[in-house]
Amino acid sequence: MRLTIAATCLSLGCFSEGVAAEWRLNLQPGISEISRSVFDLHMLIFYICVAIAVVVFGVMLWSIIYHRKSKGAQAQHFHESTLVEIIWTLIPFVILIAMAFPASKTLIEMYDTRDSELTVQITGYQWKWRYQYVGEELDFFSVLSTPAEQISNQQPKGEHYLLEVDKPLVLPANRKVRFLLTSNDVIHSWWLPALAVKKDAIPGFINEAWAQPQQPGLYRGQCAELCGKDHGFMPIVVEVLAETEFDLWLAAAKAVKSDAAQAAQRAWTLEALLARGESVYKLQCAGCHQAEGTGIAGVFPALKDSPLILTDREGHIRTVLHGKPGTSMQAFAKQLDSVDLAAVITYERNAWGNNSGDSVSPQEIQTLLRP
Amino acid sequence: MQTPDQVLNPVNHNHSGPAPGLMRWLLTTNHKDIGSLYLLFSLLMLLIGGSMALVIRAELFQPGLQLVRPEFFNQMTTMHGLIMVFGAVMPAFVGLANWMIPMMVGAPDMALPRMNNWSFWILPFAFSMMLSTLFMEGGAPNFGWTFYAPLSTTYAPPSVTYFIFAVHMMGISSIMGAINIIATILNLRAPGMTMMKLPLFVWTWLITAFLLIAVMPVLAGVVTMMLMDIHFGTSFFDAAGGGDPVLFQHVFWFFGHPEVYIMILPAFGIVSQIIPTFARKRLFGYVSMVWATSSIAILSFIVWAHHMFTVGLPLAGEMFFMFSTMLIAVPTGVKVFNWVATMFRGSMTFETPMLFSIAFVVLFTIGGLSGLMLAIAPADFQYHDTYFVVAHFHYVLVPGALFAIMAGVYYWLPKWSGHYYDETLGKVHFWLSFVGVNLTFFPMHFIGLAGMPRRIPDYALQFADFNMVASIGAFIFGFSQLLFVYNLIRCARGGERADARVWEAAEGLEWTLPSPAPYHTFSEPPAIDQPMPQGGR
Repeated sequence: MRLTIAATCLSLGCFSEGVAAEWRLNLQPGISEISRSVFDLHMLIFYICVAIAVVVFGVMLWSIIYHRKSKGAQAQHFHESTLVEIIWTLIPFVILIAMAFPASKTLIEMYDTRDSELTVQITGYQWKWRYQYVGEELDFFSVLSTPAEQISNQQPKGEHYLLEVDKPLVLPANRKVRFLLTSNDVIHSWWLPALAVKKDAIPGFINEAWAQPQQPGLYRGQCAELCGKDHGFMPIVVEVLAETEFDLWLAAAKAVKSDAAQAAQRAWTLEALLARGESVYKLQCAGCHQAEGTGIAGVFPALKDSPLILTDREGHIRTVLHGKPGTSMQAFAKQLDSVDLAAVITYERNAWGNNSGDSVSPQEIQTLLRP
Repeated sequence: MQTPDQVLNPVNHNHSGPAPGLMRWLLTTNHKDIGSLYLLFSLLMLLIGGSMALVIRAELFQPGLQLVRPEFFNQMTTMHGLIMVFGAVMPAFVGLANWMIPMMVGAPDMALPRMNNWSFWILPFAFSMMLSTLFMEGGAPNFGWTFYAPLSTTYAPPSVTYFIFAVHMMGISSIMGAINIIATILNLRAPGMTMMKLPLFVWTWLITAFLLIAVMPVLAGVVTMMLMDIHFGTSFFDAAGGGDPVLFQHVFWFFGHPEVYIMILPAFGIVSQIIPTFARKRLFGYVSMVWATSSIAILSFIVWAHHMFTVGLPLAGEMFFMFSTMLIAVPTGVKVFNWVATMFRGSMTFETPMLFSIAFVVLFTIGGLSGLMLAIAPADFQYHDTYFVVAHFHYVLVPGALFAIMAGVYYWLPKWSGHYYDETLGKVHFWLSFVGVNLTFFPMHFIGLAGMPRRIPDYALQFADFNMVASIGAFIFGFSQLLFVYNLIRCARGGERADARVWEAAEGLEWTLPSPAPYHTFSEPPAIDQPMPQGGR
């Protein structure tokens, strides 16, 4: 039914803004002044294009209907006119200049990153985002939380299929936030349509952007630059909170971090590590090495029956902690805390028939990572 | 054993007909044979690249992963793009140039016939190598047809080296083809065929050939830098070694933007030949058409970074590339207005070539207008790398370049084969293609604006309806091309005989030759008696 409506709507070519909002035909105006001026620019240039199209296609249609041989039309002999050529060179030129002014004004505003009240560093990883609140000692990764069963059609898909993460980026309303963007591996692009921010995250370089969201709520976007296999599976979710709520959230989030530090001091049983390791593995590792540890031939090595895991315990731990330079294998020491690292290594050493039976403790990881 | 032709022309018996068998095609230096080879090769690539597009659209028919894995999906988008650009569109234009340019300028053949043979025969090897990567461990190139570093260097599958070598071979082929076309047009015109009498197809190809010579070495340079980064320890595109991944994009798009015009200028030329014929009226503004084409070609060198508005260019750079890009709308507009003015007060009929040409003008203009929207840098931040861009460039490449190629094939087919194609079948092919193309690509504007990024194998539920429409359209469009193939085969085997003129109002030297055009034409230069510029009537 929805398909029929969509198709009808399409064939009628209706593009009124009301329909556009309901059927998601158009850009969203967004939640900041900048995003609204981008929307206005978009609509302005769109209407100019429609007007040009109506005139050009109108004359063409007129000719097709009335100047056809089957209606007895005789061909005229005119074939050039310098005056006409000059006119239809100048008119588009004037329209373009008129268009250039508002476009430049918005662009200049978008480039003005001064006087921000909060700075967030955004780092792209294959295939997740890392958010660091600069000067706040808060730093976390944001990973797709849609279950693999939904993607492989074994479960019905949820409302926010592929646009949901474990931890969203939280921003305060009405404060100017500056983003510093970079990447750990390949080029990614951080895009949140509601803020009209799209900026590439480039390894080795830092890009700047800014936004001042005005309306609390949850907003969703996606990575916009092809970054490898799971490019389609690294969404961006931003939660905008009212200013006071944001301050409370920030304090609470920092407290959670110190809880995690305490957990690392506890003694962990093999079962507890395996249970935690499985969930970490699914979020962090299964994208490449696959849920069953089989990897993908020629691209991502298998972990099941891996000689490294079975014969070289030190090498296994070292690879997880420090990655493998020049390949997609990242250094997870910077991404996960010592409990998660210990859990996932333990899991890999015992899952899918690897059955080494040994476990790696958080304390051992901490010792290895101490400078 | 002498053929009847040799009996009739005993003096020419060494030159009058092609050698028999396979050797004719391997060793040929005849521009018509080589033109046919290019066109058949391009058709084969169109079908292969088209099948890959159907794999993509089948996967995107519904949300969720059904048919292919994400890594294979990326190989499909990459190979589809590379094959269509370098295998289908460019060789088709070179094929049409080979067939038509010597006949249009009154030359006996291309200026450099042996090089002509070589530039074609490189292509099957280049594309065999490229397609073979699909069967290698690690798979085919999976980094998009734009192959941005470091995804295409440090993080690439091992097959990237084969890809680089294939691109080098295609580049050599294109450069040799371009040199040949320039040499033919500048040196082999019949006496009296002045530059401003050249048909527009010849003019647009002359300008395209200069673009090719200018930018194919840049492409060769950028893939060589990749090769060095991958195998010889350099760091052109690796920040860790002092390089810059954005440098890749600057060099690539310095090639890539003129490349876009390489794929559309000859199309402008083709419709500028066809519209006057079926409007029975001379092309409006011949001189301005030549100037507009040249301006577009020159401007194409100073707009490349509009593909890179989000990489973090400085504000001044952003402004410069925004304004220069908007400026291209002016000469492009002049061309569209000229075509419309040619139809205006003409006496039109609507044979298949004309239908494809009219659809070209309308749909290319839609693609041009969305291009104007993309030029507005602040708005481009919302459009960039979404399906809006996919809609835009498919509108200029499919109902743009591809429709023009089909228009050209239907237009000149009776001259090549001596038979008319089946007009009803041609019209059915046109209407199915027209409906299919619009059903496929128009909804992509909407899903792009609604926020769907390009090059993703799976998508959120709000994009589902229009993706389904697009996939249905793609299958209609894809399978209707089989009608085209059938019509071509039928026409090659027989059909209503065509006379020399073929079309009631066709004007130009190629229509003074018998249909089918003899194996050797204009061994004696023709007399040029038209006092007025050509480009049609």
